[in-house]
Amino acid sequence: MAGISIDLLLASLMVAATPILFAALGEMIVEKSGVLNLGVEGMMIVGAICGFATAVETGSPTLGFVGAALGGAGLSLVFAFLTQGLLSNQVATGLALTLFGLGFSALIGQGYVGIKPPATPSLDLGSLSDLPFVGRVLFSHDPLVYLGLAMTAAIWAFLRFTRAGLILRAVGESHDAAHALGYKVVRIRTAAILFGGAMAGVGGAYLSLVRVPQWTEGMTAGAGWIALALVVFGAWRPGRVALGAYLFGGITVLQLNLQAAGVAVPVALLSISPYLVTILVLVVMSSDRRRVAMNAPASLGRVFHAAA
Amino acid sequence: MTRPTLLTLEGLTKAYPGVVANDDVRFSIGEGEIHALLGENGAGKSTLVKMIYGLVKPDKGAMTLRGAPYAPDRPSAARQAGVAMVFQHFSLFEALDVAENIALGMENPPKRRDLAARIRDVSHDYGLPLDPSRLVGELSAGERQRVEIVRCLLQNPKLLIMDEPTSVLTPQEVEILFATLRKLAAEGTAILYISHKLDEIRALCDAATVLRRGRVVGDCIPRDTSARDMAELMVGSVLHVPERRAATPGDVALELRGLDLPAATPFGTSLRDVSLSVRTGAILGVGGVAGNGQDELLAVLSGETLAPPGTLFVDGDDIGALPPPARRHLGVLAAPEERLGHAAAPDMSLVENALLTGQVREGLAPRGLIDWGATRAFADRIIAAFDVRTPGNHVAARALSGGNLQKFVIGREILQSPRVLVVNQPTWGVDAAAAAAIRQALIDLAEGGAAVVVISQDLDELMELADDFAALNGGRLSAPRPTAGLTMDEIGLMMGGAHDMEVAHAAQ
Repeated sequence: MAGISIDLLLASLMVAATPILFAALGEMIVEKSGVLNLGVEGMMIVGAICGFATAVETGSPTLGFVGAALGGAGLSLVFAFLTQGLLSNQVATGLALTLFGLGFSALIGQGYVGIKPPATPSLDLGSLSDLPFVGRVLFSHDPLVYLGLAMTAAIWAFLRFTRAGLILRAVGESHDAAHALGYKVVRIRTAAILFGGAMAGVGGAYLSLVRVPQWTEGMTAGAGWIALALVVFGAWRPGRVALGAYLFGGITVLQLNLQAAGVAVPVALLSISPYLVTILVLVVMSSDRRRVAMNAPASLGRVFHAAA
Repeated sequence: MTRPTLLTLEGLTKAYPGVVANDDVRFSIGEGEIHALLGENGAGKSTLVKMIYGLVKPDKGAMTLRGAPYAPDRPSAARQAGVAMVFQHFSLFEALDVAENIALGMENPPKRRDLAARIRDVSHDYGLPLDPSRLVGELSAGERQRVEIVRCLLQNPKLLIMDEPTSVLTPQEVEILFATLRKLAAEGTAILYISHKLDEIRALCDAATVLRRGRVVGDCIPRDTSARDMAELMVGSVLHVPERRAATPGDVALELRGLDLPAATPFGTSLRDVSLSVRTGAILGVGGVAGNGQDELLAVLSGETLAPPGTLFVDGDDIGALPPPARRHLGVLAAPEERLGHAAAPDMSLVENALLTGQVREGLAPRGLIDWGATRAFADRIIAAFDVRTPGNHVAARALSGGNLQKFVIGREILQSPRVLVVNQPTWGVDAAAAAAIRQALIDLAEGGAAVVVISQDLDELMELADDFAALNGGRLSAPRPTAGLTMDEIGLMMGGAHDMEVAHAAQ
């Protein structure tokens, strides 16, 4: 265990958590509006390659993230059109979106394998970054890590204090009632889906531009599915979703460090441990059926057809 | 009428594919008038009020409000013009609290703290107590209706539309609601009151317009018109009243002993210490406001929910652990309230739906293979015996009108000659003639020696059908009492009285 340094571990935990935090927050907003989009994985990987390609072509990581958000949102627009416009089944459409995204990203990414993207600089926090221990763990990251935390707080405040947030929750709770009161259910849900797509795109680009940083086919490797699970784990609350993302990030980093330190546990077992823990926690969390059902948006996944 | 006119409808017409919902509807409502809109289910009342509230655009015709043209293209436009509506269903959010629900129905809601204060003021003035911070999912049906009414009142409406407001209330709550409405009308608010309960309309309304098949077929002054005349105007024919002969009850067939069952869903009802017994040849009526455990009681009797050991007996045998098919084998059948999706599979044909519950007792699938010939014959027998109007037995359940499908699902169970039959809301949304036929069939079934449990929110129906009456209130069942000689007041108290409502202060 001597090879593991606590401050490095904690610092890389924050980096590991950020991509799934973005994707999970986006998906939470989508689900709060009553839509289940299982295409997070597809939107993440499309965001990863769009961000990567944009950053390489323009030389600007910032533009890369903007491109990633547009790419993710663009793919989610397909989902919005199919499910909200043509009333297709959300589960099947979401799965198709993931398959499409994986193939599509591989196609675009053919010319980008083995290229190094422009580096994303750390945020200059001056003397804060020089603090012993705390400086390395908390204050020497790139801006996206802090943006993820800021988004958590902003989404919490949006859902709790704003009228738009209330309307979003109302649409997810009962689309029939919202329609009867004159709210535009389809329009609100489409906006939520686009936001979810953009967030998933940014999360994907964080993988290809910062965490790894390079482009390989299928590099999201299930991060989108983990983000979906985190929404349930967090019981549709932003604070708990963030907690879940950091927990998962922590276990991922720890298992990598344990492997590097040569702990006498089979590598395969270590590699699956983050997923095992996620499943375990989900099972424990969902065992209280009443509590889960209480927080889940009541119209989640149901097709809305405006009756006359 | 000396009142100035508030709203005039001129020739409103709205057609849907295959049906004209409203055809050249014209009438007017005066300021401060309580105007009844009468009609059977499917007469076009809902479509008409949706046009007034801006949810549906008329194909033809025009409306004027206080002399100015009025054509709301969405509900918020109607609300700005001073038209508010209390819905029968679908306009509250269970997981949101009272204040949030009210804010969603307002154009420019004030800040949460001010809103809470205004909710308390208005609900106090009109005798409709409400706690702004409670979750709507935890409220009783009567309390939910208060939320809707307060939401409307906060906007000082000129016209308040109420769609079947009393179907979920106890008789005492109805009295209090009427006091509130009279106070509002005295303050100058016009009320468009939709109902098919004639006694209520005679007690409350100044004028009435009767709709039948989308057309105005007459109007009347309810106080000066008998309920029977209004009913015949509504139905267009003479009503048949079900008859019952005095039956001699036999042995106890169905018995529940001290059943406790926790709720399975967050806003479900837990059954608490429920005991009942029904003899062969008798009908037990279970009344109560919706959401007090009716669905749960039906589920536990039908076998969808299993009962703990020692609580549920049929002919003395504990059947609590048996699933629905095994219970059907013993002759315990059930017809749940929700027709589409619970009693019948919407996209399957009538033949397939006949198979779904009839398979066990009618032997429609010997050795696991479906005998389609016998199944079709069974479906045809139901269609013939219960006058189900359908182009044929191949039609999907969803394509039938509510009343016809109801006749089918009730008939399907009755024709299997059950020993115990449990029905929930057997005539909900069914026109008067079909309702009378269903009630007669239930009476005949009991006379033939079955034990029947009828769960319903229609008290008149229960008085007409049942030998004994019990009420569900918060998951508890009151002790059954013979229906003969029971007064509405006593029934209301069994149903939980007025809960915590108080009469509007001005009306005291």
